[in-house]
Amino acid sequence: MAPALRPLGLSAAFTGRLGGFSLDVRFEVPGRGVTALFGPSGCGKTTVLRCVAGLTRLETGSLSVDGVVWQDGRHFVPPYRRPVGYVFQEASLFPHLSVTGNLRFGLRRTKAPERPVAFADVVDLLGLARLLDRPVAGLSGGERQRVAIGRALLSQPRLLLMDEPLSALDRVSKDEIVPYLEALHATLEIPVLYVSHDLAEVERLADTLVLMDQGRVQASGPLARLLSDPALPLYRRPDAASVIEATVIAEDPGYGLSLVRVTGGTLFVPGRAGGHGSRRRLRIAASDVSLWRGGAPSGSSILNVLPARITAAEPLGVSAMSVFLALGGDADGEALIARITRKSWDELGFWLGDKVHAMIKSVALIDEP
Amino acid sequence: MWEAIWLTLQLAGVTTPILILVSTPIAWWLARSRSRWTEVIGALVTLPLVLPPTVLGFYLLIALGPNSPLGQASIAVFGQALPFSFEGLVVASVIYSLPFAVQPIRNAFQVIGDRPLEVAATLRASPWDSFVSVALPLARPGFLTAAVLGFAHTVGEFGVILMIGGNIPGETKVLSIAIYDYVETLQWAKAHILAAGMVVFAFLVILAVNLTDKHLGWLRR
Repeated sequence: MAPALRPLGLSAAFTGRLGGFSLDVRFEVPGRGVTALFGPSGCGKTTVLRCVAGLTRLETGSLSVDGVVWQDGRHFVPPYRRPVGYVFQEASLFPHLSVTGNLRFGLRRTKAPERPVAFADVVDLLGLARLLDRPVAGLSGGERQRVAIGRALLSQPRLLLMDEPLSALDRVSKDEIVPYLEALHATLEIPVLYVSHDLAEVERLADTLVLMDQGRVQASGPLARLLSDPALPLYRRPDAASVIEATVIAEDPGYGLSLVRVTGGTLFVPGRAGGHGSRRRLRIAASDVSLWRGGAPSGSSILNVLPARITAAEPLGVSAMSVFLALGGDADGEALIARITRKSWDELGFWLGDKVHAMIKSVALIDEP
Repeated sequence: MWEAIWLTLQLAGVTTPILILVSTPIAWWLARSRSRWTEVIGALVTLPLVLPPTVLGFYLLIALGPNSPLGQASIAVFGQALPFSFEGLVVASVIYSLPFAVQPIRNAFQVIGDRPLEVAATLRASPWDSFVSVALPLARPGFLTAAVLGFAHTVGEFGVILMIGGNIPGETKVLSIAIYDYVETLQWAKAHILAAGMVVFAFLVILAVNLTDKHLGWLRR
């Protein structure tokens, strides 16, 4: 298939009632990468995904994907004519078919010239070779979900929809399947719409975030920006963190560290981050960042100290303060959240626009190399 | 005696496939429609289970008789009215055995739920394609039960046939009528053979249904 000139992505608006629940959403999804629909349970994420697939039809809706109208006031493309891959919460494999039969179900129903995703590639990517001859009933939870993902991919979708594909799995199966999802993230040319209520999962996998609450879209945009937006509730969570894209510069095997560059400075991260130039994703918990007033501190055991500027601050309960920073001497770098005590904030006399040093106690690499 | 056995097997053999064909769309609609009429139609289909066979036979006799519109139509098409003919027995048997086929098929469709059909739809299968390649194979145990019960129930019919078919050797004199006849004419030995055969047959049928039900377990993982 000829490469798309420009990834257009998806533009959607759905309004209507479903039982006692009212949904009114409008959002855009970029033509590449993973977009997470994130929000508490019951906020309508799954309904939105079902509307995109055409499985649920609300009173009014409009949807176009790559410039093609799937739904508006007059048209409604039925689900089986929409080129989506849908991965449900439970794998929902067909029990009357073998693993191969399941994988080929969608493949057989797409026209030959539109098949850029090959059977062998999917088997490879998802590690399915050992499973092909096994009966579906004998698979573990993680294996079933991998087959379900492969089955969806082989239907040659132009959009992959995933409804909390990890939530029905136990810890072990989750850890088993996440690397495959990250491999997908790195290889897939098509946009992915990923429903989740687990922020850690979103931080690992998503590029764009659509934040939902009670049937409405609260905000949407790049993940890193929304995580550290003082106008949104994400920074208030106990596990609030910043996610930063980094480029590997060098490795220091002697100390078991790697040096990476982020917009606004360089950081040491634990472990081997991959070869020079590889792109990695870092997570820095707000509670692991403290502030230092004045020039660069010397004599600290903390390796990662970066100049930054305070862009905003919000009290968090009685005792804590969330401080929003822009990294770099010119404050043009990545956004970072620090959580300090309100007492320190007052005693050190911090204020908006102040130049400070962010002392980062711990940095985690959250994607697989 | 052999004539009656052969006729009974013929009747059940013709009735069962027609029964399955008629029951499948009804069961599908009953299992999947959200219409408020499902319970009404469901009750109507179940009626032959509760009604005395003579009542059913009586109304069928009237409905299919040469003076009714249906009877006139059948005279125009087949050259004869349906009562007291093999064809009439088939029609009566299909109606009489309907609940025994509709119920297991409906249950099997309900057990499948929406999910497999939604999965099929997201994998480009049209509604008809999903029905054939997902719903039918998943409901197979229900169809097996329906076929076995429908066949057996037709074999054991008595009241309806007596009302609408009478006792014409080779045309409407089926097993149960033959047994009745033998007893009436004090040919107890022949009655014994047929009756004992029916007991064995009934046992085998129930055993087969139980085994099918056990087989249904794989559907629920």
